[in-house]
Amino acid sequence: MSKSNVQEAFKERVDYEELMNCTRCGFCLPSCPTYIQTGGNEASSPRGRIALMRSVVEGRKKPDAEVEAQLNECLGCRACEPACPSGVNYGHLLEQARTVINEHKSYSLPVKVLRKATFDWLFMSHDRMQKLHRLRYMYERTPMQNVMRKSGIFKLFPGETATMERVVPPAVPPSELNEVPEVESAAKPAVKKVAFFRGCLMSTMFAETNESTRFLLKQAGCDIVTPKTQECCGALHAHGGETDKAKMLAKKNIEAFEQAEVDAIVSNAGGCGAGLKEYPFLLRDEPEWADRAKQFSEKSMDISTLLASLALPPMKLDAQLVTYQPSCHLSNVMKERGNVEALLGRIEGVQYVAMREKDQCCGSAGIYNLVQPKMAMKILDKKMSDVKDTKASCIVTSNPGCLLQMKAGVERENLSSEVQAVHIVDLLAQAVKNAETVEV
Amino acid sequence: MLEAKVKKKLIAIVGKSRFSDTEEQRIVYSYDGTPGFQAEPDAVIRPASTSEVQQIVRLCAEHKVPIVPRGSGTNLCAGTTPTHGGVVMLFTEMNRILEVDMDNLTMTVQPGVTTLEIVNRAESEGLFYPPDPSSMKISTIGGNINENSGGLRGLKYGVTKDYIMGLEFVLANGEVIRTGGKLAKDVAGYDLTKLMIGAEGTLGIITEATLKLVPKPEKKETMLALFPDMESSAKAVSSIIASKIIPATLEFLDQPTLEAVEAFSQIGLPTSAGAVLLMEQDGESHVVYEHMEQMKKICEKEGAISVEKARNESEALALTEARRSALTALARRRPTTMLEDATVPRSRLAEMVRFIESTAKKYNVEICTFGHAGDGNLHPTCMTDVRDEEEMHRVEEAFAEIFARAIELGGTITGEHGVGEMKSPYLAWKLGDAGVEAMKAIKTALDPQNIMNPGKMFAKEARKRITVGGGSSEQVQRTGSV
Ligand SMILES: Cc1cc2nc3c(=O)[nH]c(=O)nc-3n(C[C@H](O)[C@H](O)[C@H](O)COP(=O)(O)OP(=O)(O)OC[C@H]3O[C@@H](n4cnc5c(N)ncnc54)[C@H](O)[C@@H]3O)c2cc1C
Ligand code: SF4
Ligand code: SF4
Repeated sequence: MSKSNVQEAFKERVDYEELMNCTRCGFCLPSCPTYIQTGGNEASSPRGRIALMRSVVEGRKKPDAEVEAQLNECLGCRACEPACPSGVNYGHLLEQARTVINEHKSYSLPVKVLRKATFDWLFMSHDRMQKLHRLRYMYERTPMQNVMRKSGIFKLFPGETATMERVVPPAVPPSELNEVPEVESAAKPAVKKVAFFRGCLMSTMFAETNESTRFLLKQAGCDIVTPKTQECCGALHAHGGETDKAKMLAKKNIEAFEQAEVDAIVSNAGGCGAGLKEYPFLLRDEPEWADRAKQFSEKSMDISTLLASLALPPMKLDAQLVTYQPSCHLSNVMKERGNVEALLGRIEGVQYVAMREKDQCCGSAGIYNLVQPKMAMKILDKKMSDVKDTKASCIVTSNPGCLLQMKAGVERENLSSEVQAVHIVDLLAQAVKNAETVEV
Repeated sequence: MLEAKVKKKLIAIVGKSRFSDTEEQRIVYSYDGTPGFQAEPDAVIRPASTSEVQQIVRLCAEHKVPIVPRGSGTNLCAGTTPTHGGVVMLFTEMNRILEVDMDNLTMTVQPGVTTLEIVNRAESEGLFYPPDPSSMKISTIGGNINENSGGLRGLKYGVTKDYIMGLEFVLANGEVIRTGGKLAKDVAGYDLTKLMIGAEGTLGIITEATLKLVPKPEKKETMLALFPDMESSAKAVSSIIASKIIPATLEFLDQPTLEAVEAFSQIGLPTSAGAVLLMEQDGESHVVYEHMEQMKKICEKEGAISVEKARNESEALALTEARRSALTALARRRPTTMLEDATVPRSRLAEMVRFIESTAKKYNVEICTFGHAGDGNLHPTCMTDVRDEEEMHRVEEAFAEIFARAIELGGTITGEHGVGEMKSPYLAWKLGDAGVEAMKAIKTALDPQNIMNPGKMFAKEARKRITVGGGSSEQVQRTGSV
């Protein structure tokens, strides 16, 4: 498709009023990881990217490779939003611009296949996710894994695929995946009824974290509904410019959870939670969904936020220093901050140390570390140096992508014997169980 | 477009990676914090040393290529929009703190260091660098020096110029000069250090600065007072100063500003108050305590609805941070925010506030006011829309009257944001024609080819002067010569 068509689409679809809301004050610059890592390149800053989008809308610039490269280099971490006194909704602008570019783009064949496999096939169906998981389980149990690792074949993949392949958690037996009951009762008189958003990666690759989540919810006095018909949150599609698919998934989820009639919809991945929170924006052009999307969004929250407001059984661990790498989307989109730190404070034996610039993205950013490996690793190295300064032996995260990235960081720094990276709910569950055995 | 041979030579000086003339780079270095102004450079260059700066300047002088030095581009006077094209010079590779001298209490820095880094570094050494423009998180010292930036602490501690002890700069002919130094006293010739401060990149390029540090005050307290209207808060400001207290900070915000700031910061600011005063005092504990008590009493006497101290440091920080966000937060209200910087002697503050309010009514435009009340530096800010020509015209008229009135009250057209391209048509209002001519003579002597940030400071056409009554023109002349 020709450039002028893309330009027209930019004009129509990228919110000009929102672009104009940027006063170019520069307050967001110090919060932007790519601005910092490029040694202060304005084009790699939120203000610069907004200016580039605006130049396309105003017809000054063609939506060419330069524009696309800048939109791709952006992590989508949205750290620029809380820093902006003018309230510019950068994330929405980014998504609008990426959607236009994506719709008009002809990808090379391998990329096309990969995108199709990811967006159309895999992440569109919970069923398929589970099937893939079974394959992975098999793979880990055959000599295949060793052969593949030794062959060095992963080195051929982009970026840090090799490190990533090492750090993903071992697959739980597929038989356990299906055993999540639709309705579960609290372990004590119920104080709340919640629905659990299981997430597609969380329910397969991170099945144990989902186990811990349900365990804690019950311990905290929550009756749980896990609607069977729920699907992937659609965040990956929305960020990748596949808006139509994201909308379809959103509608399915809204329907699935409406029937559950609960006080809260709980997720345990900042990336997914933010996706859910953004349904009203995603469905903004469909007034018949407005109310339903709004209700859904208002009910959804991160597990840490819910748990921090509830009484939990005693928690205890061996004395240790713990630091926390917040999920960007949990902080900047869901705007739920401080709860993980508060929960850590409730574990006996744990001393929480904040790392410098903890609110800066770790470089994981969805699939960013696979498509922009250089920048992602620069950001990760900076993060790891901040982690090391805390002397913590445990890095807590609140999102699967961040968890893998921190694990990769630990591997890169050769720290795996001294430092572990865990999801907050796994640490909490461990602390509860540990306190129980200590008591006995 | 640069001539091919010039481009080649520039690349020869800095290498390929630190020169760029792509469309992307030309677009993102075409603007600064000033609404309504934009102009693209031909190229962008990032020198890493004084010697590279010299080579670049010599080359540009030879080929008459304009040079626009640029820090973080947060200025509010169209000071870095490359009006005549040329090369934007960035200092991202010259961004180091070179030395902290504990014996002389000085810090030596390169121009690209951010103000916040300087403040933090001083603090980590138990010292204090007071100038704190609201943009301090991102503004550079090169920009601060060239705009002579002020901040929330200006009333008691002065502005950037009061902390610059020595400079190294490159002139338009490529020569390097070092002025001043780690000296409390120095009267060897003209004060070129001061000449460069506030020069807005039109006289030379600063490549190094030696800053004065002071001991960190023992104690600091922060207090917020609510008033039913702007005028009573302005009166409280005058009374505080008249009672011989010089607080470290004395800022005010009117109701709409308050609302916008609270929407962003969400720290529980009282949005129903007509105006608030943010006060800080620092120094020895007992003095701080006494001053805070006195200021509280004065505010109450002038009609404050409530006066409350911040309970701890983080509460205090939240308040000052919130104040710093005022300008950008206001921008949310309308597509365009026109900010002004009129400054009057602080005894005339209440009068000026009243005048701004009535002028806004007269021209039917929305003007909010906040600013550094203690030093009479107001930021009347107009929420408008550049696309509405008729309204923009009214805004311009209103601001022209506000400038004129400020000068009549013994004030100035800009207290801290500089002249740039934006206020250049008004420069003669403040200085008189003779004043502008004297400045032009300096400019021509140091930069005969007009390659250093051309199109700034001096306008092609001055705006016709207006008077709005009140002060006599004699007063304009008198204050103009100070
Ligand atoms: C939201 C907001 C709040 C602000 N608050 C304040 C405030 O409280 N007080 C205040 O005084 N200002 C304030 N400003 C204005 C602005 O931030 C200051 O003028 C600041 O000093 C500019 O710094 P900068 O690094 O962005 O410089 P730039 O904007 O990049 O440049 C400013 C000027 O300095 C010149 N320059 C930069 N570096 C050099 C160098 N090395 N050699 C020669 N010339 C150079 C440029 O050519 C230009 O003329 C505010 C701006 C914004 C957007
Ligand atoms: S902080 Fe907001 S208004 Fe300021 S430059 Fe960044 S996006 Fe624009
Ligand atoms: S989303 Fe993150 S990377 Fe992108 S512009 Fe904002 S702060 Fe920078």
